[in-house]
Amino acid sequence: MSKKIAGAALMAIVLAMIVGRFTVKADEFTKEDLERWQNEYMSVVEKGRALWVSPELGTNGVACAQCHPNAANTHPETYPKFQQQLGRVIALRDMINWCILNPLEGPTLALDSAEMIALEAYILFERRGVELAPGKH
Amino acid sequence: MTELKMNRRSFLKSAGALAAVSCLPVSMVELAFADQKKNFTFAYISDSHIQYITGGGFVRNWDRGLIRAVAETNLLQPKPDFVVFGGDLAQLGMKEELDHGAEMLAKLNYKTYCVMGEHDYYLDLGEYWSKLYGPHYYSWDHKGVHFITLNSIITYDEWTHERWPTAEQPMLEMAGLDNPNGSPFMVGEEQRKWLAKDLEKVKKDTPVVLFSHSPIQKIYKGWNFWTEDAEDVHALLKPFDDVTVVYGHVHQIQYNQIGNISLHAVMATAWPWPYPQSYAQAESHLPKLTVPMNRADPFFERDATGWQFINMASGRVAMSYNLYNNTNRTVAFDPKTGTPRDSAYQNSENRIPPQTHY
Ligand code: HEC
Ligand SMILES: [Fe+2]
Ligand SMILES: [Fe+2]
Repeated sequence: MSKKIAGAALMAIVLAMIVGRFTVKADEFTKEDLERWQNEYMSVVEKGRALWVSPELGTNGVACAQCHPNAANTHPETYPKFQQQLGRVIALRDMINWCILNPLEGPTLALDSAEMIALEAYILFERRGVELAPGKH
Repeated sequence: MTELKMNRRSFLKSAGALAAVSCLPVSMVELAFADQKKNFTFAYISDSHIQYITGGGFVRNWDRGLIRAVAETNLLQPKPDFVVFGGDLAQLGMKEELDHGAEMLAKLNYKTYCVMGEHDYYLDLGEYWSKLYGPHYYSWDHKGVHFITLNSIITYDEWTHERWPTAEQPMLEMAGLDNPNGSPFMVGEEQRKWLAKDLEKVKKDTPVVLFSHSPIQKIYKGWNFWTEDAEDVHALLKPFDDVTVVYGHVHQIQYNQIGNISLHAVMATAWPWPYPQSYAQAESHLPKLTVPMNRADPFFERDATGWQFINMASGRVAMSYNLYNNTNRTVAFDPKTGTPRDSAYQNSENRIPPQTHY
């Protein structure tokens, strides 16, 4: 082993010892971390559920839950899929917007809005355990 | 352009539906009444959910469903002897909603009997509904058939009277089908006592037809596709040869046979509901006999909604579903199997892909 390389290795170890004191290791997380992340996720699911039953999402007082109890019949596992009525392959959020625009007579959501993500989080939570089936009608 | 084309198509479709209805039933059922005058028909409209919009107006989509059912029922040939409205006329039990709905129903050219739905009831416990339609449960005889209407959507007294801070709260809680704060429907002891007494005077070979809003059977409790004391009601009906229950609430085609009792669900005029089996977290007991309606196409707002035309010539129900944007269905009691059967799709090899719900 050359002196140079050995020196560099030593340097790296020292650096790691110093830096290690101040940074989190990327490959390690605790039970507390897991719990916190799950809670963060569930708080967005709950926001989605609140929007799901809200008469305010649209303009006519109709809520998604009126036709989709427990988000049933939204089939998130099938997206993206060919929506034959539109003649192209679309994402779940496109169909969410379609239902906001039509039965709810409401303004569509920005595709990356917090509300859209919350609606998706809720839909998928209610569908947990179902196998992916992209493209299925 | 598409709008125009659509209207024309829907018109032709409904004209066709009416033609099919008018020539269908008498020839396909065994006549039970020797006296031809006793063969009769009636129509069944249900679950219109007329919804008041805060600030004025009503949800157009639901209005259209009821207006169309009334208009088509008035065109029926032969004329039905009466019409039953199966409950959930209103969305939140409001006066505005019940009045607006009653105004539309008043355009029917026939005597109309009404069933109480939970959406009509929980704001004022049926008080305003009663001003329009009278008692919550009653019976009558018509051409040799004994008809009964029950209010099957009541629940535990504690839930109704003691749990909520305001009168509006129980209505809002019960209006959410999937709301975990809801409470199971029931007929209750008072009505079961009344029913027992009512049935005392009925001969055992008289066909009995019972109308309720909730299914008098247990399908899925989470959405109140359920009546808590269903078995107690069945017990009272057991001594009769021909018993049929017709119910609303589920917004979908269902049918079943439990002992001597045939059960049939009717469609909503407002919107269709998923079958409970399509909720991945639920255990559903959809009757094996039921061939589901087609999955709804949301791009046709009237798809998977409709109204019914019922022929009573056999003393049992022959139910024709008039589906606005779909092939009509007929489910009639078959004396050979002793169950209701779909006239086209009952055999599993005749099923079509849209009847698979997931
Ligand atoms: C008037 C009733 C009604 C309302 C209200 C409604 N939908 Fe729908 N929606 C339907 C019907 C019917 C379908 C078709 C179901 C099927 O494919 O079996 C559908 C389909 C969907 C689908 C696609 C499912 C598929 O497999 O094609 C999504 C996603 C969806 N709705 C989301 C929503 C959201 C989000 C809301 C509230 C903003 C909403 N819907 C409100 C009736 C409604
Ligand atoms: Fe209903
Ligand atoms: Fe109902």
